[in-house]
Amino acid sequence: MPSSPNHVLEFPGGYTRSVGPVIGRFLSELRDGRLVGVRTAGGRVLVPPTEYDPDTGAAVTDEWVEVGPAGTVQSWSWVPNPRPDHPLDRPFAWALIKPDGADTALLHALDMGEFEAGAEPPRFLKTGLRVRPKWRAERGGGIGDIECFRPEVTMINAPTRLEYTLDPGRALSRFLESISQGRILGHRCPVCDSVIVPMKGMCSRDGVPTTEEVEVADTGTVTTFAVNNIPDPRAPEVPFVSAYILLDGADLTMLALVAGIPADQVRIGMRVKAAWRPREEWGPTMNNIRWFEPLDEPDVPFERIKDYV
Amino acid sequence: MGNPCAVIGVGQTAYKTKRLDVSMAGLLREAAQRALEDAGLDWADIDAVVIGKAPDLFEGMMMPEAYLADALGARGKPMMRVHTAGSVGGSTAIVAAGLIQSGVHDRVLTVAWEKQSESNATWALTVDSPHSTSLVVGAGGYFAPHIRAYMRRSGAPDHIGTLVAVKDRQNALKNPYAHLKIPGISREMVESTPMLWEPIRYLETCPSSDGACAMVLASESAARSAPNPPAWVQGTSMRSEPIFFAGRDNVLPQGGRDAAADVYRQAGITDPRRELDCAEVYVPFSWYEPMWLENLGFCGEGEGWKLTEAGATALDGDIPWNPSGGVLSSNPIGASGMIRFAEAALQVRGMAGEHQVDGARRALGHAYGGGAQFFALWIVGSDKP
Ligand SMILES: [Zn+2]
Repeated sequence: MPSSPNHVLEFPGGYTRSVGPVIGRFLSELRDGRLVGVRTAGGRVLVPPTEYDPDTGAAVTDEWVEVGPAGTVQSWSWVPNPRPDHPLDRPFAWALIKPDGADTALLHALDMGEFEAGAEPPRFLKTGLRVRPKWRAERGGGIGDIECFRPEVTMINAPTRLEYTLDPGRALSRFLESISQGRILGHRCPVCDSVIVPMKGMCSRDGVPTTEEVEVADTGTVTTFAVNNIPDPRAPEVPFVSAYILLDGADLTMLALVAGIPADQVRIGMRVKAAWRPREEWGPTMNNIRWFEPLDEPDVPFERIKDYV
Repeated sequence: MGNPCAVIGVGQTAYKTKRLDVSMAGLLREAAQRALEDAGLDWADIDAVVIGKAPDLFEGMMMPEAYLADALGARGKPMMRVHTAGSVGGSTAIVAAGLIQSGVHDRVLTVAWEKQSESNATWALTVDSPHSTSLVVGAGGYFAPHIRAYMRRSGAPDHIGTLVAVKDRQNALKNPYAHLKIPGISREMVESTPMLWEPIRYLETCPSSDGACAMVLASESAARSAPNPPAWVQGTSMRSEPIFFAGRDNVLPQGGRDAAADVYRQAGITDPRRELDCAEVYVPFSWYEPMWLENLGFCGEGEGWKLTEAGATALDGDIPWNPSGGVLSSNPIGASGMIRFAEAALQVRGMAGEHQVDGARRALGHAYGGGAQFFALWIVGSDKP
């Protein structure tokens, strides 16, 4: 297609056309915002109407039928790169649309929504798609009184946003305060003697408050793990390993990333150490620990960690 | 346990990837209408409605009970919503049964559902609070390490998960409502699919489904006029436990053991493998079959995989598990627990169709949720307790 013409021929003012009673009725109804068809002697409803029945050559009857305006796509052709004189300036489809109650289809533009120039046709554009006309506010009695057709509404969008002011509470605040100084704190339960990390100010097992602070090491043992092959923004790469780690001195495992070793070499019982981010990046968050990395120590036998899985 | 309670109606939608042709209300209505038809009742006959769905963030729907009252014919009637994460379908049925057993109502409609195509479970399960102290990883990432720990503890060979994945999908081929239908499903097929969260392969996980399940529960007098045979509730039990605490057994949680012991006691069962005819158990990842076999006392600890390997849980085994194809074949999350309960009822009513276990008289329905921390079980039978 040439990018621009080098010669233009244009009839001044445009030719006039008498439309006659059949086409005239159709166009008048369009101007009033209605879609109508004409019935043939054989009973078919033609939309857009013709003056003479294409099947028999006889004049159509003077019976008019309001159809649609909703209809069904019979066939379509996608226009990924519209031309300047096309009815839409973004990718659209030319579609044969059979209005409800009609026996024929009319050709019109079908607007499928926002697409980048050159886009592939959307998957929901298919024969059988239900569509409705988008009427122009100012109409003059032409097929362009319908700006285009659009799919029926089948889905709405419900944006959801909830705003919170979260307070970590006393025990967790202490934990986060200590982690921002590079220390990992827990509480010892006065009943079961377990060291709970991070502490919650209570023992979930015994239902008693806890207050005795205990600092635990940033080294520990992998009790079990998963090799994740689905990407995660927090993980260094795929596959990545998420592992339950029993910190030395703690009685509760925590789920954390393990890196610095190929995923297929991670083992139950493997010894690890926290890889801290640079001190200037520390804040009151567990993210201060980027992940855990292997320690050059022998694995812990399963017997010694089996009660923590 | 109170007054007798019977399941006199069961209704399910077909489980599919997308039900874009209906609203959420329309989806539930379809299942509820079928349950009413099975029960020979109309909307006006229902005294109360109990519904359950997955956590609000899954579909972003808060207070569904307000939106759904009309669709479930609940205007002017008691209506409540139950909320226990993935086990919700089971606990919803138990709450509904409680309204019958207590003598408060005669006919209760209970419905659970999920429209996963318009939900985002992965997002909902990984939303992080600013004070979170642990990695937040979705369902597969959460359960995979516990499956690995089970394999290590029990010494189960690697292929056990594959066997369950095949067996449940073979059963699904006999269930007209099942979502995943994979003709010719085989070990090779499962083993050729990629590891998502090792040791969990793609075909060892459940699908994402749209669907709803409903039941009509009735008192003894109301059950008398039901057109189809009832399933009698012989025991119900729920337990929960925190997700993280020192000394927690993540592989075989205490809550599951306690709930099972409780429901067997109510039903007078001492040997579930022998005394039950089949079980519908919440197995969203194939390895959870051997794990729950142990947790629910069908065998000793470390023995579950041997039952699976020996074919004991197959449709023609001595204790068929998930004849319907289970969660591995259909997973509208909020409904999945109720489907287990409803399928157990269908079995003892003799109405399970092609996946009927011959002569089933007593069946277990099971659901679990959260980090394997909420448990709901019921036992239904063809005999009134
Ligand atoms: Zn304690």
